[in-house]
Amino acid sequence: MTDAALELESLSFEMNGRSVLRDVSVTINAGDRWSIIGPNGAGKSTLLKCLMRIYTAWSGKVRLFGRPLENFTQRELARRIAYVPQPGNVVRFPYTVREFVSMARYPYATPFSAHRAGDTAAVESALARTGVEDLANRSLTTLSGGELQKAYIAGALAQGGDILLLDEPTAFLDYRHQAEVIELLQQINQESGAAILTVTHDVNTAIITGGSALALREGAVVFSGVVSELACEKKLGDVFGASFRFLEDTATGLRLVAPQGMPA
Amino acid sequence: MRHRIILLLLLIGSITTLLVAPLLGSERIPWAAVWQPAPDDPSSVIFWSIRLPRACLAWISGAGLAMGGMIFQAIFRNPLAEPFTLGISSGAALGATLAMRLGLGLSFLGFSGAALGGMGGALAAIGIVYALTRLRPGLTTSTMLLAGVAVNFFFSSLILMVQHTANFYDSFRILRWMMGGLQMVGFDASLHILPVTLAVAGIAWWLTSELNLLTLGDEWAVSRGVAATRVKTILFFSVSLMVGAIVSLCGPIGFIGLMCPHICRLLVGPNHRRLLPASLLFGGAFLVACDTVARTAMAPAELPVGIFTSFLGGPFFIWLLLRPSREGEMIG
Repeated sequence: MTDAALELESLSFEMNGRSVLRDVSVTINAGDRWSIIGPNGAGKSTLLKCLMRIYTAWSGKVRLFGRPLENFTQRELARRIAYVPQPGNVVRFPYTVREFVSMARYPYATPFSAHRAGDTAAVESALARTGVEDLANRSLTTLSGGELQKAYIAGALAQGGDILLLDEPTAFLDYRHQAEVIELLQQINQESGAAILTVTHDVNTAIITGGSALALREGAVVFSGVVSELACEKKLGDVFGASFRFLEDTATGLRLVAPQGMPA
Repeated sequence: MRHRIILLLLLIGSITTLLVAPLLGSERIPWAAVWQPAPDDPSSVIFWSIRLPRACLAWISGAGLAMGGMIFQAIFRNPLAEPFTLGISSGAALGATLAMRLGLGLSFLGFSGAALGGMGGALAAIGIVYALTRLRPGLTTSTMLLAGVAVNFFFSSLILMVQHTANFYDSFRILRWMMGGLQMVGFDASLHILPVTLAVAGIAWWLTSELNLLTLGDEWAVSRGVAATRVKTILFFSVSLMVGAIVSLCGPIGFIGLMCPHICRLLVGPNHRRLLPASLLFGGAFLVACDTVARTAMAPAELPVGIFTSFLGGPFFIWLLLRPSREGEMIG
């Protein structure tokens, strides 16, 4: 499949008089795997929130499967795109994991049947695919960071949709959980054919993930293309304003990076 | 299953409280007076025209205030939110006080001047609190509570000003009403607030999925497809009207909306499909019980019920604030 799932044409957004996104243009195809990278405050999270219409006051054109984003009702949009906010966005009310995942079926509810036949199946399959069945009856407030992130992804899966947006899904996780989450997303991408866009500030996460990368700096696109091409001194310097050393991983042949302090 | 049993027990307990409370009091009511009402039997009149209507009024008010607290807690994602702490009750009180002071005799759609004033004041208060919290995005407990405190102070000073300029009779009437009381004769008062309370309960029932998602936060709610702004506007508006109507009748009875939803969350969990009926049943019974205590503790003298609920609510509020983090923690 190579049809455009999401087309952005000079998307710009201002918040409190400050320009957060400037003329962002990119085309995401169905089933693509994208990393959105950039330094803190580059507008990465904001970009996802604009696409999810959490922020609505942006300008420019965004088309979802050829149809302008503003023509979707929020429910229709939620059936096509699912979103997982930053892990700092904690859930404070003690819902169980199953209750939380079930809530993701909201966009499919009709006024006269809040719960449809397919809902239970979708919820159980999402719990199984993310490996959180054992946690289904635990309260969200008792989960560890890694467990919580998987529960969130289970929610996004239960919501269905053709595009998954995840904001820093591996930040704050230990190595094992980082690897598990990256692996899980890879699997979802291959099995369901959903396009996945993850925001990360970690270049290595993007390189290991593979696929394409969109690099932002101060709200503007500085790189857009295959992620391995981003791993060069000049381009990374442009994005992060720092210099890097490059390390060849003999096992995978991937070129990983390590920061080298500020440029002279 | 466990939750269904708790809900059933709440239903039985709530109805029992409503029916037993009128039997208690300084005047003993013989069974005959209940079964065979007679207009010339004083016991019968006390039961049927004074105590039962009062218990009904208490039940509806308590249910409404508890539900109002529950809804605000969902919208603000904060267990300390309720009509009283957000300043909505004092806004309603100011509106009603002004109406009393100015002797507004007008009525509209069956609502008295005081009720209309109360609703207007409640809407003004929630408008101010909401605007203040919107000025600082990333709503925190402290921003919200401080906004509520500020609104409370502001309206309280205006109420004192209105009271100060009133004559002795009006001034006493306002003071007495400010303490919160349910001393009404007959079922008129209950019928007055029943429709609006029922309407809000219907809206809340219709919006339980949205309420659940809103407690996760706006970002989650919107990404799941909730038209958050519209849903919140509907809820703010309808709850404020209901609180305004209740406060203008019974005075600003505090902390019902704080204590009841919280206790119910411990009983049936955070899911609003269960929490809503639980809050209604528990809130209703709770205010009936409080009023019965206020009525009988110092019999034959009566304590205004608002004093009693605040007496319980103050320490509860501090407990919620200081409680250490543990499972089920909601304060951020």
